[in-house]
Amino acid sequence: MSRISFAECSARERVAALLDAGSFEEWLPPSARVTSPHLAQLGVPAAFDDGVAIGRGRLAGHAVFIAAQEGEFMGGGVGEVHGAKLVGLMQRALRDRPAAVLLLAESGGVRLHEANAGLIAVSEVMRALLDVRAAGIPVVVLIGGANGCFGGMGIVARCADRVVMSDSARLAMSGPEVIEASFGVEEFDSRDRALVWRTTGGKHRFLSGDCDVLVDDDVQAFRDAAIAGLAAAQPLSLDTLEREHALLATRLHDAPEGADAVALWQRWGVPDAAHVPNLDAAELRALVAH
Amino acid sequence: MTGMESLSYEFAGSQAVAPFAPVLVGVVASGNLEVLVEAAASNACAFKVETSARGFGAIWEAVLHDFHERHGFKGVNVSINDMGATPAVVSLRLDQAAASLKQEASR
Amino acid sequence: MQWPLLAEQLFGTDHAIRADGDFLSGTAMFDDATLAVVGSTAHAAIGVEMALRQARVVLDTIAQHPGRAILLLIDTQGQQLRRRDELLGINRAMAHLGCCIDLARRQGHRVIGLVYEQALSGGFITSGLIADACYALPEAEIRVMRIPAMARVTKISEARLTELSQANPVFAPGVQNYVAMGGVRALWRGDLRACLRDALADSPTTDERAHDGALRGGRRLAESVAQRVLAA
Repeated sequence: MSRISFAECSARERVAALLDAGSFEEWLPPSARVTSPHLAQLGVPAAFDDGVAIGRGRLAGHAVFIAAQEGEFMGGGVGEVHGAKLVGLMQRALRDRPAAVLLLAESGGVRLHEANAGLIAVSEVMRALLDVRAAGIPVVVLIGGANGCFGGMGIVARCADRVVMSDSARLAMSGPEVIEASFGVEEFDSRDRALVWRTTGGKHRFLSGDCDVLVDDDVQAFRDAAIAGLAAAQPLSLDTLEREHALLATRLHDAPEGADAVALWQRWGVPDAAHVPNLDAAELRALVAH
Repeated sequence: MTGMESLSYEFAGSQAVAPFAPVLVGVVASGNLEVLVEAAASNACAFKVETSARGFGAIWEAVLHDFHERHGFKGVNVSINDMGATPAVVSLRLDQAAASLKQEASR
Repeated sequence: MQWPLLAEQLFGTDHAIRADGDFLSGTAMFDDATLAVVGSTAHAAIGVEMALRQARVVLDTIAQHPGRAILLLIDTQGQQLRRRDELLGINRAMAHLGCCIDLARRQGHRVIGLVYEQALSGGFITSGLIADACYALPEAEIRVMRIPAMARVTKISEARLTELSQANPVFAPGVQNYVAMGGVRALWRGDLRACLRDALADSPTTDERAHDGALRGGRRLAESVAQRVLAA
């Protein structure tokens, strides 16, 4: 069975590949022309769907809601309308109670061309997502696009019940170029691809627990992970947050100054840590399975 | 001065198309465009272009005219958001849209 | 406004708020109740460590002081731009802080954010913007990114961005714009104690910002688009 690259698919192609065949019903589709009111003044073309496809469908027969960000449009950045589509989807999930909400995240975060409106929008998405989570409906974030999941969307992703990443994807806050521009190439050489992926890529995030599931860049693998995500609901409580806090605090204090990823992996007991970048997703999962 | 340019063209068509759900191809990215094709109650193929690459009206007219020579649709609206695609890329997307349209119409 | 002056205007001498580096925390007495106070000063960069320090205060408040209101004092230049913070998952630490604040709200703690100097980007998303409501002093500024960096990323010239920042509410960093867009509920002018009192009494527990943006005209589409999704 030949593999279809999730990264190379458009947002809508990913939705079609993830859901049960032909089950996707899109809300506010391109023909509705619900577009950004802020881009024309900057001489930037709008997209008919403002860069995100939302709707409902079936996943292994279960009713789910889904949103897929189009990373090629404005880097997947969240603007006023884009954000409102996501918020509406989350609010509708509270009302209609699907089995899960799937968020195919590919975004640089706040759409800078919409600045303030984008910042508030990301925050509204975060609050709405946490409402869905608190209602016991699992929110599953799937990250597999070439642009990764950054900025405010990197925060939103970690508010979900479950995060799935491919080994070629990245999840972070600031991109390496921004860090290099602020503190120099010694701080973070943005052209050192191996360093970038060791620091923010799927394998490192899997080993650190920042993503729950690591898959190949393969739509079938993402679909399987989404199906497993149907059982992933984990409402937050004081106990769960205390455990998370302890984990993060320990990790912070255990990490030596100037540590590189390999050093951390060694500290975390990953066998043959230096070899991790050469492994594929299946090999890495097998390596840490015991 | 920044801002988008809006262009409109209409050509009388001959090829009726069976009813179809809207078709979208392409994406708005540098050097690319998205094309939305919808059914219309008309005898024409009408084009509406929003582009950030201003001043290329004559080229758009030629490319769209060539597309219409190839397909001659009537009862079709074609809406485009363009971010500086070359004529070759525009023609490619239009032909992809036409192929999708025929697939949709035969469902 | 410097935080000690702010604390004095809000609480007189009736507070035990301390700065430890850029990290602010403590308690204050207000209208016969104890308030938990947490935040930052000196335009702090929020890295993993600062996010966790703030989260600790919120968690302790939830665990030990049911019903105690929490005041977030916000002065930040945004996320810390260091490879180490990215390696250690700063987005996860920020999400954790946000989730702690969100849990506090759900468990009945009133959470009020106050931007008293500046707030940028990730440092703001994870605190003030996840409170029940966020307020600001009139001279405060809220930004997504500074203009030079924004010019590099968007390829829009600094001159054009500066021009837009003067006139265009979407770009202008003044907190008045955030009020118009619904992101900030109100500005605190004059009697700050009265403002805090009103905030504690009146802040909503549901997210009304899109509605406020529509009512006030600064963000005309957010509410209606979400409503269209509900009705689709």
